[in-house]
Parts: sequence; C-alpha cells; structure tokens
Amino acid sequence: MEFIFTKKAKITFAIFMVVGLISLFFGFGADESEHHSRFWANILINGFFFFGISLGTLFFLALQYATEASYLTVLKRVFEGITQYMWVGAIVLILFFASSSLHLNHIYHWMDAAATNEFVIESTIGTDHPEYVAEMVDGAVENKHFDSIIAGKTAYLNQGFFWIRTLAYIGVWLFFVRLFRKRSLLEDEQGGTKIHFKNMVFSAIFLVFFAYTSSTASWDWIMSIDTHWFSTLFGWYVFSGIWVSAMITIVLLTLYLKSKGYLKEVNKSHMHDITKWMFAISFLWSYLWFSQFVLIWYSNIPEEVTYYMTRIDHYKGLFFGVFAVNFAMPMVILMSRDSKRSIGYSLVVGMIIFIGHWLDVYLLVMPGSVGAHWHFGFFEVGTFIGFLGLFLFTVFRSLTKAPLMVKNHPFLEESKHLHI
Amino acid sequence: MADKVIYATYDDEQVLLRGAKDLVSKGIYIRDVYSPFPIHGLDPVIGVKHTRIAITAFIYGLIGLSLAVYGMYYFMIQDWPMNIGGKPNFTLIDNLPAFIPITFEFTVLLAAHGMALTYFLRNWTLPGVKARNPYPETTDDKFVMELHLHDNHDQTELELEEMLKATGTTRIEAR
Repeated sequence: MEFIFTKKAKITFAIFMVVGLISLFFGFGADESEHHSRFWANILINGFFFFGISLGTLFFLALQYATEASYLTVLKRVFEGITQYMWVGAIVLILFFASSSLHLNHIYHWMDAAATNEFVIESTIGTDHPEYVAEMVDGAVENKHFDSIIAGKTAYLNQGFFWIRTLAYIGVWLFFVRLFRKRSLLEDEQGGTKIHFKNMVFSAIFLVFFAYTSSTASWDWIMSIDTHWFSTLFGWYVFSGIWVSAMITIVLLTLYLKSKGYLKEVNKSHMHDITKWMFAISFLWSYLWFSQFVLIWYSNIPEEVTYYMTRIDHYKGLFFGVFAVNFAMPMVILMSRDSKRSIGYSLVVGMIIFIGHWLDVYLLVMPGSVGAHWHFGFFEVGTFIGFLGLFLFTVFRSLTKAPLMVKNHPFLEESKHLHI
Repeated sequence: MADKVIYATYDDEQVLLRGAKDLVSKGIYIRDVYSPFPIHGLDPVIGVKHTRIAITAFIYGLIGLSLAVYGMYYFMIQDWPMNIGGKPNFTLIDNLPAFIPITFEFTVLLAAHGMALTYFLRNWTLPGVKARNPYPETTDDKFVMELHLHDNHDQTELELEEMLKATGTTRIEAR
C-alpha cells in the first residue's frame, strides 16, 4: 500500500516549520546571553536530538539485519523512512559546527585560540583579534585566558581533527543509510536471498563502525561542551538516549500510520514487541544515567563533580524530574502485558517520554553553554516545534517514495504471522 | 460414582492441538495437557487462564524494596549514624544514591526467590515431593491430554473414547 502524504499533514508541518523559523528569528534578537549562546545551544539540542532519532533507527535496522530477526520485517519501511531524515539532520549539524568553527558561537570553548595558547602578542591585546602564540616570541606576554586543562587536550580536540572525525562519521553513516535503502528497494524488484545475506555482512560492518563512532561522536559533539570534564560512560549514555528516542518515534509513528488505516499487517504482537523495546531501552538509559551519577557523586572528586554541580545548583528540578519521569513512567505503566498492547497507554507514555528525552538532550547541552542563565520559554518550545515539523515532513515525504510494505523479503511471511 | 480420568497420548503436538480444538468445539472440557515443552496457542484453546505469578512477583519486589530502604535507614541513619567518606548523612534523602544499588539487588532477590517458591508451592513440586506425572514419557517426546468424566456429563466414557480416537491419538487409557 502506498502512503499518501495528505495536504492537511503537509500544511500542519509547514506551520510547525514557520513557527520554528519565527522563534529562531525573534529568539536570536531577544537572546541576551553572551555570543548568543542560548540561540546556538537550541540549534544544537534540536539538531542533535532529531539526528539522533534517525541514527538510532539506522542502528536498530542494522541490528535487525545482523541478527536476521524476522519479527519486525513488516515495519522495515517505517525504519527506513525515519533514517532518511539523516540527510537533513546532517546538514543542520554541519552548519552548526561550521558556525562554531567560524567563531559565530562559543559553545565549544576549546575552539577558541585564547584558551589553548600560552602566550599573546602584547601589542594586539585589546584589539578585536588578539594574536595568540604557543611559544614565547618577541613582543609576546603571558596569556591571561590560557587554560592549561584545555590546552592539554588539543591533541584530540583541535579543529582539523574534529572536522576529519565529524565528516567521517556523518559520511559513513549516510553511506549506510543510502546503501540499506537502495538494497531494500532492489530486493522488492529482484527477490531471492542474495541481497538478504549480503545485508547481514554490511550491517555487521556498520555495527562495528557505529560502536566506536557513536561514542566518539558524543564526546566530540556533546561532551566537549564541558571541556574540562570527562566521563568514560558518556558515549554509552548518549547512545542509550538516542536509541530510546528512536524506539519511541517508531512506536508513535507506527501508531499514527495504523490509525490512518495503513500497515494492516502490523498486529498486536508487533505493537507489543516494539513497545517492549521502548520499555526496555528506557531502563538501559536510566541505568546508565544513574551509573554515571552515582559513581561521580560517591567519589566526590572536584574535577568530576563540576558537571553535576552546575546541573544540581541551577537545574535541580528539571534534572531530577527528567530522570524520574523517563524512568518511572515506562516502568510503572508499561510493565504489564496488557498495557504494552494497548494503544492508549503506549501513546501517552510514548509522547511524555519523547519530550522527556528531548529535555535530556537539553540538559546535556544547556548547562555547559549558558550555565546559570538558562531560560525555558517560547523560544525553546518554538524551536522544538519547528524542528519537529522539519523531521516529520522529511520522514513523511520519504515514506511516500516506496510502498509501505516490503516485497520479496525472505522473512516477510514469517513476520506477518507473528503471534506472541 | 467415582470420577474416572481418561488419558490420550499423542506423538505430535500439532495433532494434539488440532484434536483439542476439535473436542472443545464439541463442548468437551479438557482438564489438562502434559507436554515436554510449551505448545504455542494451546492455552486459550483449553481455557488456561493468564498466570498471576507476575502479580506475586510485583508484590514480593515491593516488599523487598521497602525492606531494603527501611533496613538501611535503620542501620545507617537511625540506630548508628554512619559517616562514610564525608557523605551527607542523618537524612535518608541525602544518602539515597548510595542505597540504590542495594535496594535494587534486594528487590530482585525477593522477587525472584518469592516467585520461584510460589511456583513450587502452587504446583506442589517442592524438593522431595513425589512427582505427580501420569506418564513420565511426557517429559521426553510424548504429549498427553487429560479428560475427566465428571467434567463431561453429557458423554459416556465410551463416547469420549470414540471422540478421542477420531483426533488421531496413539493410546487411550482410563484410570
């Protein structure tokens, strides 16, 4: 069955995007924080959150191929549709990183030459662009803004290497998005098992690459905001957030499509299975959130606790509230089999923890960017709505480009008869 | 009249499943089925209700959680206030992160053990209890259906056996 992107939906998402643009425009003007940090942090939050959803879905799709799982074959086109947003998401992120590199924002402190160079040419102090030098030369004096901790990290955190890594991650991930989509459409035409078995190899290669790069990408893009601080668990924590957001999106989108009469083959058992994933990965996320927190809280080492000090001093209610909701809501409500099979429960819980995980990304980015001077207002909500519109518009458009049900997949028949 | 039990043995679980559907549609009540593994789709056919063991697990878990929190509160804060590594003590809420791992473990411990014990008690399969399996080969490769005469008043023993034979059973025995 072909998916039809109705005019009504198009107009709704267009309105969302317009709301987003208006809030970005007025937000930039109203933003009084230094270097417009609040504005840029909002771009990063939404850029990363929605990019993460499509990345998590790509990971989940690859997981299905690599494990030769049959039970969600009927939902394969939904997964592929969500992964297609990555093209747009990548552009947003690259534009953001480019603006950081050009010093339009100061979200990444380590990109500032003032922090990493020990000396400065005396005659240039006070001008718009003081000249910083790494070694003592004639006319140079000690740089007062020098930060020895950041300077010690320049072997990894420098602009050249950052861009090489960023482009490598995004390039390879997008390569796999394209590869899986192309092969899936090819399978519709050709059939047979050749494509299926080769997909398994490709997805295994992707998963190995993803295992490394999901960690390093989260260090580069998110953890380096709080440049002084580091956590060895951070990559996993961000990855679990990405994964659970992807599962929530899959559940909500499937429920929407079913309510419109599509995906007739998707039965209660499939819904049970994907809601189970949403339920389970919520625990993975909570577990990693708490593991990172309790180790740092217990050892109480000054250079580690700063991260949580900022959050607990200035964001206390939000910080613990987000954890409580994202952990307790799915646990209490989705524990029983019946609620996992009910549309109402999974819809309500899904929508709440979708916002919850967006707020989690907010708490990853904001404290390091604006510190105590944070706001949560029309600007944040408007930007979120704008990006949501962009995301849904892209996903819906890509859903129209191929039949919603795969053909000739070797596991399709088995998947249609899923019964648990 | 004393109750009589009819056992019908099958070699294949699909034959048994089809037979069970057929019998139930004719109004026969099947008391139980013995099988070496769970037969998918059989439960609703013979009217086995959803297990309530999940509810007991939840209750045991809740008991474990409250016991662990109360225990640590009593040991570490009330009875003999402890100061470990300069952590804020004397209040439960300030010490809570340190208590979470133990609370979690204790919850799991009680839920798991309580659930296993409840299962053994309910089935009366405690260690040392004699097994009540009419046919030991149902733990290997045979499937046995159990019918009671008392459950099926409309049929005589002979009629029931005729109906069972039609479903493809390999052996019928009345005890």
